[in-house]
Amino acid sequence: MEDELAASIAIQGAVWGGAKAFTVTSGPGFSLMMEHIGYAAMTETPCVFVNVQRGGPSTGLPTLPAQADMMQARWGSHGDYGIIALCPNSPQECFDLTVTGFNLAEEFRVPVMMMLDECVGHMTEKVIIPEAEKIAITPRRLTKLPPEQFRLFEPKSDLVPDMARAGDGYRFHVTGLTHDERGYPSMNVDTQDHSVRRLQEKLQPLANGRAICETENLEDAEVVVVSYGITSRVAQRALQLARAQGIRAGKFRIISAWPFPEQRIRELAGRVKAFIVPELNLGQMVHEVKRAADGKAAVVSVTHAGGSVHHPEAILRAIVEAVR
Amino acid sequence: MNEAMVDRSTLEVPVEIPPDAVNPVEPFLRMDRMPHIWCPGCGIGTTVNCFTRALIDCGKNLDKVAVVSGIGCTGRVAGYARLDSFHTTHGRAIPFATGLKLANPELDVVVYSGDGDLFAIGGNHFIHAARRNMDLKVICVNNLTYAMTGGQTAPTTPSKVISATAPYGVFEPAFNLVALAEAAGAAYVARWTTYHVKQLSRSMEEVLKKKGFCFIEVLSPCPTLYQRRNKMGEGLDVMKYYKQASKVRHGARTSECDLSRDGEIVVGKFVDRDRPDYYDLLQAQMRETLGDRYAEPEVSCCEC
Repeated sequence: MEDELAASIAIQGAVWGGAKAFTVTSGPGFSLMMEHIGYAAMTETPCVFVNVQRGGPSTGLPTLPAQADMMQARWGSHGDYGIIALCPNSPQECFDLTVTGFNLAEEFRVPVMMMLDECVGHMTEKVIIPEAEKIAITPRRLTKLPPEQFRLFEPKSDLVPDMARAGDGYRFHVTGLTHDERGYPSMNVDTQDHSVRRLQEKLQPLANGRAICETENLEDAEVVVVSYGITSRVAQRALQLARAQGIRAGKFRIISAWPFPEQRIRELAGRVKAFIVPELNLGQMVHEVKRAADGKAAVVSVTHAGGSVHHPEAILRAIVEAVR
Repeated sequence: MNEAMVDRSTLEVPVEIPPDAVNPVEPFLRMDRMPHIWCPGCGIGTTVNCFTRALIDCGKNLDKVAVVSGIGCTGRVAGYARLDSFHTTHGRAIPFATGLKLANPELDVVVYSGDGDLFAIGGNHFIHAARRNMDLKVICVNNLTYAMTGGQTAPTTPSKVISATAPYGVFEPAFNLVALAEAAGAAYVARWTTYHVKQLSRSMEEVLKKKGFCFIEVLSPCPTLYQRRNKMGEGLDVMKYYKQASKVRHGARTSECDLSRDGEIVVGKFVDRDRPDYYDLLQAQMRETLGDRYAEPEVSCCEC
């Protein structure tokens, strides 16, 4: 396609035509795609956006790492809506989690952001690609109802509506306007309230029991490092150094960043002293950790403006200070 | 037009025309959405009537015809057509339609939008889709202004016209849409006005049957925000102007078909040529490069 605006809507045309589709970008390109992330959320179009984060704002640091688009991924398009974001930290996970991302997109009829960073994006490691038949694929929720009974935006018990495909005789209508269950524009307070709340509420399972994360040594932990993407690999080294010093430090690696896994953090907050949150930004997901911890544990931000990764020692220092 | 002319075999979902139906185009419209939002004297409804008659006459299975609109007054057409229909974002109907067509090549995809949507914010997509000869049928209702937002200057507004953003008259040169379409590579280029309903309907039927990037410009009145502000009368006065000022010149040089505030309007079919379309080129290139390793794309891949 000719630009990011075109790519980010062409994938959605392709989805309604029956395909699975994704697009890939970095930096300013992600900013250009924002309007269509909102369109995908509003029209409940399952698709995947890959953003290999670089330093910003504007053209910023092409081909140098950052994690400063995390809030943009969640809030970048106007209006209230929800998305899913996943943060791989290795080439193998880029493969595996992209499969997961497509599956979640189909299950929840939602755009999914793959939030890489430049380090993970350019990393070379062994990748094992399973045989195609061994990869679990979530099929599209295509309705089995006949056209006269089918409503494109009528939620099922999981708050997600079934879909139809263009060309199959359903003669459906899709619009970015606030719409009723038929998909017809219905711009009134009740429809707005009902549909916009549902766009967020349908994703609630991922904030709770279905949150994807990777944990280590949480059983006895008094301090927990919360990290994601490339920073989780730097944090791994800091955690080793802390344990070597006899500090009871645990790892909480966020894999599904949006919806934020707040239930798990809330549970931990009751029994740990502090959360250390290193990020390649000036403090973004740390605000979510604070919100979930709700004052029950200290939350320490370890910031980095991007262009490189943290020194493990910077994270270690924060760990040591937190338990002093 | 009567009931006998409606080919019901084109409809997978049978549509009964009720005995008290007032208009044979009703089965092709979402009558549960009427009345529409367009102003008295607006030409968009006339173009939709022509479009539905083209749908009736083209003999296609209408389950396989999709319509994609952008934003604006004409952007609302998708919502009234009883087809698979998509009301997309401002300016992005063409790239959405591109994805739809490539994912499901058996669809006939019609892009139905206004001049502001297709040629200002969406101008880049228009020239690239024409360059690629993407198999899309683009119908542009050109009312020479941004109507839905209050009559601001559009890239099509002729010079000397008063608009909401040009109270002393427009001075910037306007696009000549048919010349732009031809230069960018469109396979079919025509222009009509909403006075030329028979010709417009025939052109629409022609493009539904033609492969490649097809473009029809329909000059259409906006009495509320264009004609009134310029003291050019009401809807009927515009029809009289279209009738008197239009000259049918099939095959005219598009570069000589500029529009002006109240001058001659050259209408007709200007371009009808055959170029390999994007999908054919893609497949040819893949077959040439990959030989037997090229797996023909499956139309349906979301159920696998």
